[in-house]
Amino acid sequence: MNFKGRDIVSIKDLTEEEILHILDIAEGMVPIARGEEKSNLLEGNIMASLFFEPSTRTRLSFEAAMKRLGGNVIGFARPGATSIQKGESLADTIRTAESYCDVIVMRHPQEGSARMAAEFASVPIINGGDGAGHHPTQCLLDLFTIKKEKGDIGKNKVALVGDLKYGRTVHSLAYALAMFKAEMVFVAPEQLQMPSEVVEECKAMGATISFETDLEKAVEDADVLYVTRIQKERFPDPEEYNKVVGIYKVDKKLLENAKKGIIVMHPLPRVYEIAPEIDNTEYASYFRQAFNGVPVRMAILALVLGGIK
Amino acid sequence: MKELKIQPIKNGTVIDHITPGNALKVLKILKIPENVSDSIVSAVMNVESKRGRKDIVKIENRELKASEVDKIALIAPNATINIIRDYEVAEKHHVVVPDEIVGIVKCANPNCISNSKEPIQPRFIVKSREPLRIKCFYCERELEDISSGLM
Repeated sequence: MNFKGRDIVSIKDLTEEEILHILDIAEGMVPIARGEEKSNLLEGNIMASLFFEPSTRTRLSFEAAMKRLGGNVIGFARPGATSIQKGESLADTIRTAESYCDVIVMRHPQEGSARMAAEFASVPIINGGDGAGHHPTQCLLDLFTIKKEKGDIGKNKVALVGDLKYGRTVHSLAYALAMFKAEMVFVAPEQLQMPSEVVEECKAMGATISFETDLEKAVEDADVLYVTRIQKERFPDPEEYNKVVGIYKVDKKLLENAKKGIIVMHPLPRVYEIAPEIDNTEYASYFRQAFNGVPVRMAILALVLGGIK
Repeated sequence: MKELKIQPIKNGTVIDHITPGNALKVLKILKIPENVSDSIVSAVMNVESKRGRKDIVKIENRELKASEVDKIALIAPNATINIIRDYEVAEKHHVVVPDEIVGIVKCANPNCISNSKEPIQPRFIVKSREPLRIKCFYCERELEDISSGLM
């Protein structure tokens, strides 16, 4: 398996075997990610972090990952301070940035931007989110969290809850869970249900899928509750947003009837969908999940830069 | 004697069995007539045939290559290409949908990177041929109304 020089644009670019390899390497990175061990694995390498859209976790955990492995980071967190403001194309920005670094991590508001960047760049492109498109490293850290906390990914029933229509993380995750043959239940109001294209694709891979609008019913037999925020910024019509915001709320009362050992995950940021009273309970996996972004991204950087095979 | 709506040509290419109404779109895709060309181009639309109504396009003194004409498969999947030499059909074949379609149709997703000022051409991957389904190489969205996406 050789990852050196590869782009990570979509989870679909990876096979099941490759995903498991990344998760294994990530497991070994945990002590370094925690700062308990030191590493110079990527010393002398530079990562360009090009964020054209706001981000907290993806950008910070990528930068932490690179630095924990002894590498350096350049980049920007908002395009306002760059030549993009002067009308420079993304293609030119990428061709310029690649001459200063060994790997590019980017987030851009337009779908397909990372795929295009990968065509222009000779250094690896890692997609940190392209509009409503893909976010493969989020998907990998989600899988890492499920595996770490619940064992064999495929043996779990995962309830995906909330905005399944516009949420980019759930599309990639559904695809990946289908790859591992995990059972899935899609919990959403009708207007925010999983797009038929994604459902079709998962079914074609042999996934067992059911649909639910009632969250109380869904928690009864789910092993993992994957909750997402209803994203205001993705709604073309604000009225449609107002109708559905706050429709699902995960609180202690809801989890009283849940299957024993259930974990609650969330890609964060959360707004109303998970009550803070859950934060200090055994259910709450979301802050551990956010931490897992560091070892998983360390594994990806180490692999595409050839620090590890 | 049966009246011919369109005269046979001596040499050139006849594209037959074009989906009715699409003859002009076919010419647009093939960029015919070229500015500097003197070959005569004729198009007949909505003519009756044994297999129902169809459009026909004739291009004199120019033999189109199959790879050129395959581009029209998007809007005329049943078309046949006839190469005419000295009034006889010298070669005949059906259009084949290529694996990839570049620079012919635009992505319908306004937020797709291929619809911005970037130096790239719209590019589609063929997901299935029967029925024809194509998805954008960049944003991966399926193009539902292919003919409305023609550039």
